[in-house]
Amino acid sequence: MEAFTQLAGIVAPLDRANVDTDTIIPKQYLKSIRRTGFGPNLFDLWRYLDKGEPGQDSSTRRLNPDFILNQPRYRGAQILLARKNFGCGSSREHAVWALLEYGIRAMLAPSVADIFYSNAIKNGFLPIVLDAHTIDRLFKDVEATPGYRLTIDLVPQTVTTPKGEVIHFDVDQALKHQLLHGLDDIDMTLRHADHIRAYEARRRKQAPWLFTDLDG
Amino acid sequence: MAGKTLYDKLWDAHLVRGNGEGTSIIYIDRHLIHEVTSPQAFEGLKLASRKPWRTGTILAVPDHNVPTIGRDHVQDRISQIQLDTLDQNCAEWGITEFTMNDPRQGIVHIIGPEQGACLPGMTIVCGDSHTSTNGALGALAFGIGTSEVEHVLATQCLVMKKAKNMSVNVRGQLGEGVTAKDMMLGIIRQIGTAGGAGYTIEYSGEAIRALSMEGRMTVCNMTIEAGARAGVIAVDDTTINYIEGRPFAPKGELWEEAVRTWRNLVSDQDATFDKVVYVDAATIEPLVTWGTSPEMVVPIHGRVPDPDEERDTVKREGMRRALTYMGLKPGIPMTEIRLDKIFVGSCTNSRIEDLRAAAHIVRGRKIAPNIVQALVVPGSGLVKRQAEAEGLDKIFIEAGFEWREPGCSMCLGMNPDHLNPGERCASSSNRNFEGRQGYGGRTHLVSPPMAVAAAIAGHFVDVREF
Ligand code: SF4
Repeated sequence: MEAFTQLAGIVAPLDRANVDTDTIIPKQYLKSIRRTGFGPNLFDLWRYLDKGEPGQDSSTRRLNPDFILNQPRYRGAQILLARKNFGCGSSREHAVWALLEYGIRAMLAPSVADIFYSNAIKNGFLPIVLDAHTIDRLFKDVEATPGYRLTIDLVPQTVTTPKGEVIHFDVDQALKHQLLHGLDDIDMTLRHADHIRAYEARRRKQAPWLFTDLDG
Repeated sequence: MAGKTLYDKLWDAHLVRGNGEGTSIIYIDRHLIHEVTSPQAFEGLKLASRKPWRTGTILAVPDHNVPTIGRDHVQDRISQIQLDTLDQNCAEWGITEFTMNDPRQGIVHIIGPEQGACLPGMTIVCGDSHTSTNGALGALAFGIGTSEVEHVLATQCLVMKKAKNMSVNVRGQLGEGVTAKDMMLGIIRQIGTAGGAGYTIEYSGEAIRALSMEGRMTVCNMTIEAGARAGVIAVDDTTINYIEGRPFAPKGELWEEAVRTWRNLVSDQDATFDKVVYVDAATIEPLVTWGTSPEMVVPIHGRVPDPDEERDTVKREGMRRALTYMGLKPGIPMTEIRLDKIFVGSCTNSRIEDLRAAAHIVRGRKIAPNIVQALVVPGSGLVKRQAEAEGLDKIFIEAGFEWREPGCSMCLGMNPDHLNPGERCASSSNRNFEGRQGYGGRTHLVSPPMAVAAAIAGHFVDVREF
């Protein structure tokens, strides 16, 4: 996965609570067996005025001019500002793949759904959780200021506003380490292979029925 | 030292490395797989020249894309590719798969418990958020993303942070005609769709104990709609009786030994929870969602709410948008909402008990002329066969319902079953998100008896007065 250290970019405000993964990437695109190709269909339902199908050329579709990401002032946005419970619903990692492919690499919200959060980190996408009051203030500032940009620094765990205000955010230290170095976590876990085997040996004695294999 | 919650016990028993703060390595006992979220994981495994750690823990089944009629030919070529990919990956690694035409095929969350492949005390994962269903067995079960699927394939473990403990205690008894589905919608109404975020919920209390395994699975299933990744219910006789004799359940001495261990899968008396919520079962009525989030729900005798009465601005805007999408005006009684389609199915409500309860209402009646389609989609081939043995299929068919092959079907419409733009559906599924059941489709979540009662009346009705 790609490392995440710093990001400075345009902020797009998506002023809705409970944005679910069905709206981030609708089901018809989940038929793909690839990890790529989801960017043009990010927020498909809100972004276009017609129903999209897999394999369709999205550049010929009618855009919804009211949708935030279609407005010229938010073109090229790399940071999403959202409301509570972003990414709720299904576990589809396609939601994160679609955001990344579109060009969004981080987001700020008062809360993010648990599965979405872990999917995000695994792909080098940083969800930042801030208190609802701060998020509210950011919404007002972003909407009032065309070209509003934020700078996110992972090492000091800060978000810096155009006025120079520095907002601190929390992140789990192990996840931070993984993000900063773009580490492959399967490799990291496999370094503990001996511990996994030792666990299995111990467990097999305690609960042998857990070791009756389905295929045998 | 304070006692442990059931979740604490399950967590501790699976800890390979780490404890306390930060992330830990957790061992996974059962890995369920379906066709939608696994192809990229298998591909990643191969690209990194890795092998599955323990294929004997894996059970695979196609469910999302499968057609519910005409199984000999999948019309959608892209769906077919995804189904073929699952078959190929399973064949390549020797993974147990119930293929599309296997009589045991069904929705992944239905077949796990049904086969005894999911057991108390296990950690159970699947690349699907409704894996939480299995928590009803006293197991730690939760949905994971595709990268995590790959991680479990390669290491049999997950790296994660322990969640906090929440207790949802449902006191008293449910009223006549009120189901586990209503109970769960009531819980979501009370705590909200983000209420459980960061927690594992343990459901307890008299009303939970009184539920059958099927009902408990309905509750745990929709835990994800309450924001929590996992929900658990303590093991009791209901649990043990449900599991005994199932194909993959332990037998003989191993069974006795397992049961002795499982009896300990309850929270200790002196365990403490980070959050405790009480719900009064007697106050729960049959519920119907009116909006595009499961928390947008009112009792059947309620009315579509008025956004102008909501003080929170974000919520108010959300309500307005939901009403526009749903084509509803504030103040309309729920019983005046007319429907176009009916769906009885999904991992929430397609077990035998759900079909029995629905058939009980339908018997001897006909669906209303304004209903253009009413589907009954059993959760698995075995549920279907059982229902047919009891004659339930005939009751549905005579009333005008279509009796289909098992799968996810119109719960999300990745197969040909879906809503058309503007169509309104009473659905026994779990999500009423925009476009969930089809582009522009309008979903109202209800229990199976409420869904079929609406089919017969043509609009929502209180099943208790039916
Ligand atoms: S029935 Fe619906 S919610 Fe359940 S696994 Fe299938 S698509 Fe998901």
